[in-house]
Amino acid sequence: MKTGNRTVRTKKKGHSKRYLPLTLMALPAVIYLFVNNYMPLAGLVLAFKKINFTDGIWKSPWCGWNNFKFLFSSPDASRITVHTIGYNLIFIVTGLVGGVLTAILLSELGQSAWQKFYQASFIIPYLVSMTVVGYVVYAFLDPRLGILNKVCENFGVKPMEWYATPKPWPYILVFVQFWKNTGYGAILYLASIAGIDQSLYEAADLDGASRWQRIRYVTLPMLIPLMTTLTLLNVGKIFYSDFGLFYQVPMASGLLQKTTEVIDTYVYRMLLISGDIGRSAAAGFYQSIVGAVLVVASNLIVRRISPDDALF
Amino acid sequence: MEKEKVGKKRKVGQGRFYNTWIHVLMFLCAMACILPFVLVLAISLTDEKSLIVEGYRFFPKAFSLDAYKYLFTTPITIIRAYGITILITAAGTVLSLAMTSMLAYTMSRKNYPYRRILSIYVLLTMLFNGGLTPWYLVYTQIFNVKDSLLALLIPNMLVSGFNVIVMRTFFSNSVSDSLIDAAAIDGAGEFKIYWKIILPLSKPVLAAIAFMTVLGYWNNWYNSMVFINDSAKFSVQYLMTRTLLNMQALKSAMMMGTMSPEMIKALSDMPSNGVRMAMAVVGVGPMLFLFPFAQKYFVSGLTLGSVKG
Repeated sequence: MKTGNRTVRTKKKGHSKRYLPLTLMALPAVIYLFVNNYMPLAGLVLAFKKINFTDGIWKSPWCGWNNFKFLFSSPDASRITVHTIGYNLIFIVTGLVGGVLTAILLSELGQSAWQKFYQASFIIPYLVSMTVVGYVVYAFLDPRLGILNKVCENFGVKPMEWYATPKPWPYILVFVQFWKNTGYGAILYLASIAGIDQSLYEAADLDGASRWQRIRYVTLPMLIPLMTTLTLLNVGKIFYSDFGLFYQVPMASGLLQKTTEVIDTYVYRMLLISGDIGRSAAAGFYQSIVGAVLVVASNLIVRRISPDDALF
Repeated sequence: MEKEKVGKKRKVGQGRFYNTWIHVLMFLCAMACILPFVLVLAISLTDEKSLIVEGYRFFPKAFSLDAYKYLFTTPITIIRAYGITILITAAGTVLSLAMTSMLAYTMSRKNYPYRRILSIYVLLTMLFNGGLTPWYLVYTQIFNVKDSLLALLIPNMLVSGFNVIVMRTFFSNSVSDSLIDAAAIDGAGEFKIYWKIILPLSKPVLAAIAFMTVLGYWNNWYNSMVFINDSAKFSVQYLMTRTLLNMQALKSAMMMGTMSPEMIKALSDMPSNGVRMAMAVVGVGPMLFLFPFAQKYFVSGLTLGSVKG
């Protein structure tokens, strides 16, 4: 009995000792993820507190749903929700169409120096920071010196104060997003086209398929899994937006908030500009919960269609 | 065989006409991607007076290097910001690769008992997000990184669940278990196996992720914006952001007629149009130099996620 016990114990000890090096290797990243990703999750409860700095953040009194009442009774909540979802839906559609179309056209050209050149140039906007994109856009929209107003002048149209007129900004932001990210999408789809079994095309040729028919009946159907997957994953992220796009490109201009404010910029503005931690935490909580539900739901659908691409 | 040839020939003949149009279209798109940067470069190389008279142009009427001279001789913070960004990028990339790959290696070991727990642990970080406010408070209230360079290095930058999963998949698919077992029998410890076998065999995935990490650090302005108030610690990208946003704030104030004397002074101290654009050029510069050499890895890095299997 005694000896048996001891062997079991030594065996167990040996077991965990044997894997100790592996555990130690995993530890730094595990601790990091705990700090960076798990601790803020616990901080979600702050949305239910009335924060004041005399009591400190964690000792501040609870206030139930008050922060949410404030948030949802103001017109802000519906405005930022509509903006976030609306912009994202347009981005998803334009990105999908643009990416697939570009990839198909590139693949039609076949492997060549030109194709390499096109690919390389399409990816450049993706590689620069939003700050640089902000500068580039400014070179066009600068009210006094910018290219666009010069063109307007030449055609006798009245120049615009671009950074003070909210109306055109949805178009500008959609265009900038398209310009920056379509190349990336195109490369993903092109890689997928390159992986299509060539015998399918040979069979199509034997059947006398035209070029359009080859695209319509071979390439496109073969791309559908990737199209579905990427679209669903983007739908999962529909409650989040590219902060840089909505903050840097309109140059944080308060005059443009009417058309450019999204949840992410709102949370930031409330936290660090207005110092309204309660409302910022409430908006963040709202984003996290709805966002998580959407991510999980879209992943479940992706798993049904293409298990390899699902996150879980 | 014969038929196939005929098919190909027809395809080529029919294709020529369309191909020309595709080339035209793709060329225009390529120009749409490149020319805006050329414009920024052209502005930075134009004489300031000519800029004010003529506006921004693709072809400078009066060429001048003054903007760059100003940028590198005036003791403004750009050179320091450059130093900081390079330091953080280098340190961050090394740390990030080490931490990510060690975790990924542990997860890839099929006989590691806590493998499943680790997978779920990493996965959950990809699904749930506490959001900016708690994240900000954790780093500023508990870890006190505000106004420290650690704020540029650590928050949201070091380990991403996505990269861990990509690496783990690569490790378990391309390094065979028997190789690891053989090394273990020869007396190699876990770390030695990781260092001498796994890493050398995984260069493609390491290079791809390293590149995306370098890019992430170099392009990061968000951490400076959120955590840093001391302008001596700004990253290059955020220094650029600030310059542009300050100018916009001053202009709005001017339009609304709410200029204070300090603002008028600040406006006169603002870098000129040319200098601002030169900053943008300097800010992208190193990445464009790296790009041609690393295009292969970039593209494979970009497509890594989609071919996860």
